[in-house]
Amino acid sequence: MAKLGGSRMNPTRFHKSQIKFFIILTAVAVFMGLPILFIILQAFKPIDELFAYPPKFFVKNPSLGNFKKLFQLMDTSNVPISRYFFNSLLSTGITVLLTLVISAFAGYALSKKKFRTKTVVMEINNLALMFVPAAVMIPKYLITYGVGMIDSFLAHIFPALAMPVGLFLIKQFIDQIPNELIEAAQIDGAKELQIFRNIIIPMTRSALATVTILAFQASWNSVDASTMYISKEKLKTFSFYLSTLTTTGNDVVGQGMAAAATLIMFVPNLVIFILMQKQVMATMAHSGIK
Amino acid sequence: MRKKKKQKLNKESTAYFFLSPYLLLFTVFIIVPVIMAIILSFTSFDSVNFPKFTGLKNYITLFTTDSVFMQKVLPNTIKFSLIVGPLGYALSFLLAWMLAQIPHKPRTIYALIIYSPSLTSGVAMTVIWKVLFNGDQTGYLNSVLLNLGIIREPIQWLQSTDYLMPVMMLVALWSSMGVGFLAMLAGVLNINQELYEAGYIDGISNRFQEIMYITIPSMKPQMLFGAVMAVVNTFQTGAIGVSLSGANPTPQYAGQLMLNHIEDYGFLRYEMGYAAAISVVLLLIIYISSKVIYRLLGEKE
Repeated sequence: MAKLGGSRMNPTRFHKSQIKFFIILTAVAVFMGLPILFIILQAFKPIDELFAYPPKFFVKNPSLGNFKKLFQLMDTSNVPISRYFFNSLLSTGITVLLTLVISAFAGYALSKKKFRTKTVVMEINNLALMFVPAAVMIPKYLITYGVGMIDSFLAHIFPALAMPVGLFLIKQFIDQIPNELIEAAQIDGAKELQIFRNIIIPMTRSALATVTILAFQASWNSVDASTMYISKEKLKTFSFYLSTLTTTGNDVVGQGMAAAATLIMFVPNLVIFILMQKQVMATMAHSGIK
Repeated sequence: MRKKKKQKLNKESTAYFFLSPYLLLFTVFIIVPVIMAIILSFTSFDSVNFPKFTGLKNYITLFTTDSVFMQKVLPNTIKFSLIVGPLGYALSFLLAWMLAQIPHKPRTIYALIIYSPSLTSGVAMTVIWKVLFNGDQTGYLNSVLLNLGIIREPIQWLQSTDYLMPVMMLVALWSSMGVGFLAMLAGVLNINQELYEAGYIDGISNRFQEIMYITIPSMKPQMLFGAVMAVVNTFQTGAIGVSLSGANPTPQYAGQLMLNHIEDYGFLRYEMGYAAAISVVLLLIIYISSKVIYRLLGEKE
């Protein structure tokens, strides 16, 4: 009897039985990749190619014109591009860092500590995995207002810090660390924070890398704070600026700049993911909900 | 005895020390908003005057007199979720399953390409879709279709009541291969080979049986995680109709989903009590979806 697919899972080399998968996957990859390729090509098109009729998909004479125009445009408005960009970098950086610390702390407690409300907290957090923050945008606005963060840079950061998926992934990963390791350290007289820093953090690297990506993506792409909580132009972020770029409709010049700005948004996401993809896959192996 | 009790208390306090920052933020920005939404949903609130208790009035209005909600928003939301959610989920699984059967190097490249659209999720990057789906003949899709002779006149994709919804679904599906997809890929790859061997001895004779009796049951936890992520993703991308068409409400409410309806009433008309009632209904829909998914995929107790 011919062997079935299971023995062909995770193959080490090419076999002609894989051709069908390659064909389907290539078709899917083309569909998924084309819009991304389009963004890249569009961003480098000089003005006459943007205007060309019929529109051409590929770029003939790539130029940095769109990027230059993007920067000039922002220079003439009151707020320079550097400001939006700096705001994005700073808010995303702080958000990612704090999310990591807070989720790792909580993950450690939920995984290795015993306390009475543990199962309740875990269940609520599992339920919150499905939480869609936008669904409660109004009360969230009122609370942000209530704690005095309206028109404050902090509005980019604090409302986004509690990340149920992040806590979940880290907790699942810490579950893999043997208790004996922690007990041995305790016998050696290690303090709680030392255990956390010297055992938990190094052994949870993959999960932390994954949460870094997720938190980065959420914060970097987010326009919520800039649209709802902040009215001061100089406190808004690059993603918000991008979302306002093509509200003008069929403006061809705007299209090129929008593509350039989209590319600037997209590249950091991609780079971070590529750098950390091995850790992500290691984390995902433990991502199951039991 | 007393010493033991003290020790236990001590342990609890270190647990709460580690837990408290998360718990605090979780409470303030997730739990309290949900509770507030529930309370506000029973009031009339214009964001200036103190909320006035009105009982079930908002809900009654929502389900009886708000014809936009009953005829457009709710059907749109259900249609969008039922297509994007399950289809995106099934696609993530099938893609993960196929990827697991090709060698490591090409797998990494394909997975990266398939995953990367999800990096563009969020309102900001929908601007690029506006260029592709531009309504006049300079729009890329229009131009291609005109050239191929499939259409005679350019189509106003994003302003058309017929096409806005399909475009929204397409964009949502395109960007739905995110974390859930990666989890399922890891799940398929981690299934023990011996399970398959045992399956063949037990008489499994085709790929379909193999998927149903070995692959899926062996990666149930990842299947569940993927499903949860599919739900979140589906309801989260619910606002793209407005960013694609550039208007709230969307043209003749063709792409209006519940998130947009909330925003419309909350931030454009300042009827926050009413908007809160819509939020509560949306949260209930998400909650029920989660129950269904856990029932279907959760471990049997």
